[in-house]
Amino acid sequence: MKSLRATTGRTSFASRFARWRGSSAVTVAGLIALALAPWFLSDFHVGLLSKFLVFAIVAVSLDLIWGYAGILSIGHGVFFGLGAYAFGMYLKMEAAGTRLPDFMAWSGLVELPWFWRPFGDPAVAIIFVFLAPMAVGAGLSFLAFRSGIQGVYFAIVTQALALILSIFLIGQQPYFGGTNGLTNFSTAFGFSLQNPDVQFGLYYVALAGLTLAYAVCAVITSSRFGLLLVALRDNPGRVRSFGYNPVAINVIVFTISAGLAGLAGAIFAPIVGIVSPAMIGVVPSIEMVIWVAVGGRGTLIGAVLGAILVNGAKSSLSESFPLIWQFILGALFIGSVLLFPSGVVGTARRLMARWRPPHPSESAPRAPVAIQLSSEKEPVP
Amino acid sequence: MDTYIVQAFNALSLSSILLLIAIGLVFSFGLMNVINMAHGEFIMVGAYVTFLVQRLFVIAFPDLQGLYLFVALAVAFVVTAALGFLLERLLIRHLYGRPLDTLLATWGVGLVLQQTARTIFGAPNVDVTAPAWLNGGFELAANVLLPYKRVFIIVLVTLCIVGIYVYVTRSAPGRRMRAVMQNRDMASCLGLSTARVDATTFALGSGLAGIAGCAVTLLGSVGPALGTYYIVDAFMVVVLGGVGQIAGTVLAALVIGGFNTMFELGSTASIGKVLVFLLIIGFLQWKPNGLMALRGRAS
Repeated sequence: MKSLRATTGRTSFASRFARWRGSSAVTVAGLIALALAPWFLSDFHVGLLSKFLVFAIVAVSLDLIWGYAGILSIGHGVFFGLGAYAFGMYLKMEAAGTRLPDFMAWSGLVELPWFWRPFGDPAVAIIFVFLAPMAVGAGLSFLAFRSGIQGVYFAIVTQALALILSIFLIGQQPYFGGTNGLTNFSTAFGFSLQNPDVQFGLYYVALAGLTLAYAVCAVITSSRFGLLLVALRDNPGRVRSFGYNPVAINVIVFTISAGLAGLAGAIFAPIVGIVSPAMIGVVPSIEMVIWVAVGGRGTLIGAVLGAILVNGAKSSLSESFPLIWQFILGALFIGSVLLFPSGVVGTARRLMARWRPPHPSESAPRAPVAIQLSSEKEPVP
Repeated sequence: MDTYIVQAFNALSLSSILLLIAIGLVFSFGLMNVINMAHGEFIMVGAYVTFLVQRLFVIAFPDLQGLYLFVALAVAFVVTAALGFLLERLLIRHLYGRPLDTLLATWGVGLVLQQTARTIFGAPNVDVTAPAWLNGGFELAANVLLPYKRVFIIVLVTLCIVGIYVYVTRSAPGRRMRAVMQNRDMASCLGLSTARVDATTFALGSGLAGIAGCAVTLLGSVGPALGTYYIVDAFMVVVLGGVGQIAGTVLAALVIGGFNTMFELGSTASIGKVLVFLLIIGFLQWKPNGLMALRGRAS
C-alpha cells in the first residue's frame, strides 16, 4: 500500500483543513442532491437508489479499514449478513405473529428455537444488528492480528469466513431458512413493507444510515486516531516503537467497520424484503471491495461514489448485457488496481491539482523525513 | 471400520488435490508475496483442456482413447503454465510491493477467465469420460473398495511432489528460486535475474494448478466455477502450512483434507466447515507462523 501513501499522512495540518473544508462542501452538496432525488424518480428507481445507499454504507465501512488502516477484508459480506439476519429475524417474527415462521414449519420444527425468541422484540434485534457483527469482527481481528495474520493472509482468512458463514447458513435449513434465507416479510414496526410510501421512507432511513456511517468515519479519520491508522498502514514498525499497540488499534477500527456493515445489512433487509446466504458469500464480499477501489480508497466520498457508480452500472448493464457484465467487472478489478489505483476521486483530484495553482501550504517544504532504520517489515511479535 | 478406511482414503485423495493446488500458491506467495486469486481458474482451465483433449481423442484417435489422460496432463500443464507466465509478465510484475492490489487484480483475471469459459463452453457442466482402465478399484475387504481413480490421483500428486522437491532442492533453477525467496536483494546483487526467476516460478505454480484441474476431472463434472470449489480450502492450506517449506504445505493439506472429511462424517458438513476454520485460527494462536516456517529473512 506504500504507493498510496496518503491523503492525510504527509500533508501539513493547514492543508488538511483546507481540503477538509473543500470536501465537506462537496459532501453537503451531495447530501442535498440525494435527499431531493426521490422526488424526481420513479418508485422503481427510488428502490434501486435506496439499495445503492445501503451499499455505500458498506463501502464507507470498508474504506475505513482498507483505505486508511490498510486492512483488506474480502469477507465484509459476513458483517453485512449478520446485521441483515439479525434484523431479518425480527421482521420474520413480526410477519409470523404468534405462529411459527413458515420455513421452520416446512422443515418440521414444532417449536420456536430458543435463540429466535428474543428477536420478537425489535429493541433486542437492533442491539444484535450491531452486537453480532461487532463481536465476530472483534473476535476475528483480535485472534488474527494477535497471531500475526495480516495483509494478504488476513484477507484470505476473511474470505474463508465468508465462505464458511454462507455454507453454514445454507446448511441450517430449519433454523435460518437455508438457501432461500428469510423471506415473506410483511411489516416493520407495524408499517407495511409493500406500501410505496414506506419504501419511500426507507430511502430516507438508508440516507440517514449513510450519513451516520459517513460522519462516524469522517470523525475517526480526521482525529488523531485516524492519523494513527494511516501511520500504522504505512509503517507499522515505527508506530509500535512509539509505544502504540498495533493489535488494539486494528481491532478497534475493524470492529467499528464491522458494526457499520451490520447497520447496512439491517437497513437492506426491509428494502429488498429478503435476507439470504447469497449476499454473504465470497463473490458478493469481494465485489464490495471493488466499489471502494473504483471510487477511490482513502477518500470516504470516493467510497460512496464508487458504490453508487458500480452498482448503477451493474443494474443497467447486467439487464441488457448479462454476458458482458462479468467481463466489465473483471476489467474493473484489473483496471482500478493497475491504471487508476486512486480511483475516480483520486484521479479527479490529481487532474484538478494540475489544473489549479498549488495551495501555498502544499508547496511549503515538508519536514525532513526521519531516517528509516529498516525498510523490511518488522518481525511479528 | 470399513467406512473409516474408505473415509481415510477419501481424505487422502482430497488432501493430495489440495496439496497440488496449494503448492503453486505457496510458490508465488513465498517468492513474490503475491496471492494469485486466479489460481482457481487455472484449475478450471486445466479441466477444460482435459475435456478438449479427451474429445479430440474420441474423434481423431479412437483406438488410443485410454491414453488421452497422459496427453491431457502434459497439455494442461503447458497451457496453464503459459497462462501463468503471461499473467506474471503482463500484470503481477507491475504490482510489486502491493500484495493486496495483486489479490484484487488477479481476482479480476479470474472473473474474466470464468466468463470466457462460460462463453465458449456454456454455463452447464460438461463431463469428461475417464479412461476405461481407471474404472473399478482395489477391493481390500468385502465392503472396502479403493477406486483406481483416487489411487491414480494420489500417485500423480506424489510424483509431482517428489518432482518439485527435486527441482527445488537439487536443480539449478530451484536453487535460484530459493535464493530469491530467502533474500531477493542479495540474489539480485549476485547477478541473478530475479524477474526471470519470478516468471518461471509463477509459471511452474500455475502449471501445477493445470495438473490439478486435469486430476479433478476424474472426480466430477467440469464447470466454469470449478476452481472456486477448491480454492478457498487451498488458501487455508497456505495459511496453515506457513510459507517456504514444502513439508509444511504437505502437512497442512493432510490436516485440512483429513478434518474436512472427518467432520463431514461425524456431523453435518456445514458445521464441519465452521469447526475446521476455528481449528485453524486456534492453531495459529499457538503457532503463529504455521506448521513450518521458513527460517530466514523472507518472513
